[in-house]
Amino acid sequence: MSVLDAVVDYDDAIARYDPVMGLEVHVELNTATKMFCGCATGFGAEPNSQVCPVCLGLPGALPVVNAAAVESAIRIGLALNCSIAPWCRFARKNYFYPDMTKNFQTSQYDEPIAFDGYLDVEIPNAAGDGTEIFRVEIERAHMEEDSGKSLHVGGSTGRIQGAEYSLVDYNRAGVPLIEIVTRPVRGAGERAPEVAKAYVAALRDLLKALDVSDVRMEQGSVRCDANVSLMPRGEQELGTRTETKNVNSLRSIERAIRYEISRHAAVLDSGAAIHQETRHWHEDTGVTTSGRPKSDADDYRYFPEPDLVPVAPSSDYVEQLRTTLPEPPDQRRKRLQKDWGYTDLEMRDVLNAGATELIEQTVADGASPAAARKWWTGELARRANADGRTIDDLGVTPAHIAELSGLVASGRLNDAMARQVLDGVVAGEGTPTEVADARGLALAQDDGALEAAVDKVIAANEPIAAKVREGKLNAAGALIGGVMKEMRGQADAARARELILARLT
Amino acid sequence: MGWGTAAPVAVEGTHRLARMPELSRAEVAHVAMLARIQLSDAELDKLAGQLDQIVGFVATVGEIAADDIPPMSHPLPLVNVSRPDVVRPSLSSADALAAAPDAQAGRFAVPRILDEE
Repeated sequence: MSVLDAVVDYDDAIARYDPVMGLEVHVELNTATKMFCGCATGFGAEPNSQVCPVCLGLPGALPVVNAAAVESAIRIGLALNCSIAPWCRFARKNYFYPDMTKNFQTSQYDEPIAFDGYLDVEIPNAAGDGTEIFRVEIERAHMEEDSGKSLHVGGSTGRIQGAEYSLVDYNRAGVPLIEIVTRPVRGAGERAPEVAKAYVAALRDLLKALDVSDVRMEQGSVRCDANVSLMPRGEQELGTRTETKNVNSLRSIERAIRYEISRHAAVLDSGAAIHQETRHWHEDTGVTTSGRPKSDADDYRYFPEPDLVPVAPSSDYVEQLRTTLPEPPDQRRKRLQKDWGYTDLEMRDVLNAGATELIEQTVADGASPAAARKWWTGELARRANADGRTIDDLGVTPAHIAELSGLVASGRLNDAMARQVLDGVVAGEGTPTEVADARGLALAQDDGALEAAVDKVIAANEPIAAKVREGKLNAAGALIGGVMKEMRGQADAARARELILARLT
Repeated sequence: MGWGTAAPVAVEGTHRLARMPELSRAEVAHVAMLARIQLSDAELDKLAGQLDQIVGFVATVGEIAADDIPPMSHPLPLVNVSRPDVVRPSLSSADALAAAPDAQAGRFAVPRILDEE
């Protein structure tokens, strides 16, 4: 590990320099098969069990394009407001690295399938009292293939530096990728890191809505490279950029760009020049370190791929795909918030919990929007958090929650009982009704038992009952507690309160 | 497959095969480095001359390729050759690794990567 680089305070850096960013996002498509062969793409399979002569680059093997990947690429391009090329080709990007079996990556070069688009992202406004739209221009989105995965052995760190040799698994080699490249993002000023984060978040939401990718950043299905350069304030000429790799969470994108701005400013302040180079982001320490300088080895000698014929989507086909585009995520959020009657704060909790789709389905299954929100952002978010899981991974479905909230609304269960029922559902004991039946959870349906319990508790607590008679209604709480205990929790506390007050007032 | 067909259009930025200037010994050395081929001085002398000749032969195409003939990258006038997104059997891990010079834990073992930089 190299010596730590000097940095200047972020606000000082911004006071003197304008940051310019370029964001390259690689998206792994969720197709069943690879870009150029029929091997499966599932994550986590036994190493080198999803490979064939094509993706291993064996001599004589010929690639054939995956029609579904082209369809996804066009839909992504359309959703990003891009033009779609009526005719484009693949190209070979030549380089030597063991994660690429063929010694070239099949990509697109000067003929991307989609180009000249934009994505509007919502960021907090400068005044800090609302949001505003920032337009990020898209230069291109092109099709290519992913590389294999290397495991570095020897050395102390498990990193590539100091390794004795490497072990490569080619299951990922050839998985379809779409690389989405922005034009230089200027004018964001101090909010540049926020804009970058908001852009990747908006892109992720869009890709999810398109259902073209799993968009799991932690599994690497969305990966971001962030180019950063600084211009002295008032100047127009772009500075030398660095490209930070491996920025694989929304929070890291914001932090890495903020760090690079502070570091560039320190270099420029000292009168030195920024070296054009790759930087590696370190999540644990929050810094970037120098990677490979751009060199002769980056002479990729692109040329058109002779083993593949051009892709030429007809305008009819493109227009047909345009009709399959989903409602843009930001419009959808606004519509749902209005339909559900949530406050801004409530909607933010829903978004932070990642519960929008779950709530939408729960409401469709019959729950009220208020009950659906309460369950997913409250009890279920809490349980997921405690277990280090996501809320859609608890084994609880929207149908379960709709059924459970129905049991509460009909008066069969109170909230405490509903949480016990949820325990059973999480434990795999069945549907809410099955769990409630099996565990014997139900509020008393007639008042007979409850009235008897009320009479008993009043008789046993005459001093408290006297206070209630004198008008101290708060004292009734202790009686309600006594009744609930007498009923072993199987009663509606609100009904118990009604009966107590009916007798004493 | 619903792509339909569109007539090939000339794409801006496509590189036409221009008559190349003489290929220098330094350029051949550079290309050899990019291709990770180690050449002795004697081999460089010999191959630089031969490569220059080969490029010269190919450049004769430029004499008949007028502006109305679009550059091509494939001999057949086909577009949109594709396959459906249906999984086909892969090799077994054992078969995949059978010809590897070295393997460990189901993976291809390769020499250290950064050494040459």
